[in-house]
Amino acid sequence: MKKVAVVGVAQTKFSGPQEKTGVELFAEAATEAIEVSSLKPQDIKALFVGNALADFEEGQGMIQAYAAENIGCLYAPANRYEGACASASMAVRDAFMWVASGYYDIVLAGGVERAATMGTGLATRTFAMFSDARYEYPSGVTFPAVFAMLTYLYADTYKIPLQKLREQMARVSIQSYQHGSTNPKAQFYGKNADMTVEKVLGSFVVCTPLTLHDCCPFSDGAAAVVLASEEAAKKLTGKPVYITGTGQASCGTLSNQSDYLPRIRAREISSRQAYDMAGLKPSDIDICELHDCFSIASLIATESLGFFDFGTSGEAWERGEADIGGKIAINPSGGLKSKGHPIGATGAGQVYEVVRQLRGEVEPERQVPGAKTGMTDTLGGDGGTLVNLILERGW
Amino acid sequence: MEHKLIFKDYNEALLQNKLLGLKCRACGTITVPPKIACRHCTGSELEVVELKGSGKIRTFTTVNVASEGREDEVPYTIVMVELDEGPWLMGNLEGIDPQKASMELIGKYVAMGNKSYGGDKYSAGESARPVFQPVV
Ligand SMILES: [Zn+2]
Repeated sequence: MKKVAVVGVAQTKFSGPQEKTGVELFAEAATEAIEVSSLKPQDIKALFVGNALADFEEGQGMIQAYAAENIGCLYAPANRYEGACASASMAVRDAFMWVASGYYDIVLAGGVERAATMGTGLATRTFAMFSDARYEYPSGVTFPAVFAMLTYLYADTYKIPLQKLREQMARVSIQSYQHGSTNPKAQFYGKNADMTVEKVLGSFVVCTPLTLHDCCPFSDGAAAVVLASEEAAKKLTGKPVYITGTGQASCGTLSNQSDYLPRIRAREISSRQAYDMAGLKPSDIDICELHDCFSIASLIATESLGFFDFGTSGEAWERGEADIGGKIAINPSGGLKSKGHPIGATGAGQVYEVVRQLRGEVEPERQVPGAKTGMTDTLGGDGGTLVNLILERGW
Repeated sequence: MEHKLIFKDYNEALLQNKLLGLKCRACGTITVPPKIACRHCTGSELEVVELKGSGKIRTFTTVNVASEGREDEVPYTIVMVELDEGPWLMGNLEGIDPQKASMELIGKYVAMGNKSYGGDKYSAGESARPVFQPVV
């Protein structure tokens, strides 16, 4: 298998409803990623595009073909990846495989979504399509409802008083808001830096016990990354970031995950693959962009990724161990909570952040000093799709 | 390979308040809702069994923001119940005030009935859902 580097990355601002089309959003991120990689669209051998719901957002199926044509990658093969919120990470992982195999030397991966454009009702309906349609959606399950149920289950499993857990979860949101407030590409840039535990706990209850400030927003946006073989990358950049580990796993109906919940078993398998492939362990990771679709999701994720013991990550957040300067810097971008969550683009947005962190290119307020090794963690649906990537400085 | 139990037959039984599952001849695990392979050992030697439909609430939530088309249902409570036979099953909880649902529900013993979700333009028809009630 060949070594594969990320050469260039780009991201649109993640935001509320956009006037630009899905194709336009993707094209802006893609052309910037190609440009900063010192390449031309004609150099791209294939496109790997994460997109979950353009069919519902714009009535646009097969968005990847229109995206390829728009940016001038004429007649290049273009694949769409749908793994709910993990779509773009699947796309990046498959793009990695094609380059690692030696079949292509330079490819583009990324994703796009206009979830905010749908509005809350249709967005809630379509996100619920990632739950089991025949056996669980009839009960009215929604995406927040899944994580709301995991919150009570987490409190009960680890015997943490609910009020204490909710305060720890509020700390997660507060940290994400602080980082996102200094990220110009974040949906909540310049906002919510003064968030308090009281405000989080006192905001509108979406699904008990999760409040609005426990939940990520609906977002529009796109992100793209250019991957190249080691030989090609060395000619294009002095700062290649190598993808040294990848993992992916799937599982089914939420109730069938009962042997492990509130742990997400697919994440444990996926991250283990990534660690083994990279020859690294959790303590080797300096920064992790993980899937904080809800505040509780951050606690659950850091434990399955091996950063903190089961049932203790809330305390870690309280002690600052999950922040820049702590044991591991979690979501210095602001995460899904504050940077935003355009689901088909989210994983590529995570790679965008990790690459720029490793290159020392982010705003000083949220730069993780000396970061050499980063990880992404993306969850689709109720844990149905999990993807992890490990990236390392190549200079 | 043929399914021993498909959605249509499971659903029709549920509408009659009968909860059907699949028992694995190899490992004894009960799989519900139905699949072609045992959820535990992936074996395919499965037989259809009727489950009691009773069990303990393991977790829950009261939903205040519904999907498009289901706004009239809020607030409603969803539960995940550990059935007496082992598997967990998602359904709704009735017989309590959704606004007062609290962690005291966890561990409560419940029995199953059902209601039909009529479906929408995406759902390829209706689906029954388990509706649990506390056993007093
Ligand atoms: Zn079995």
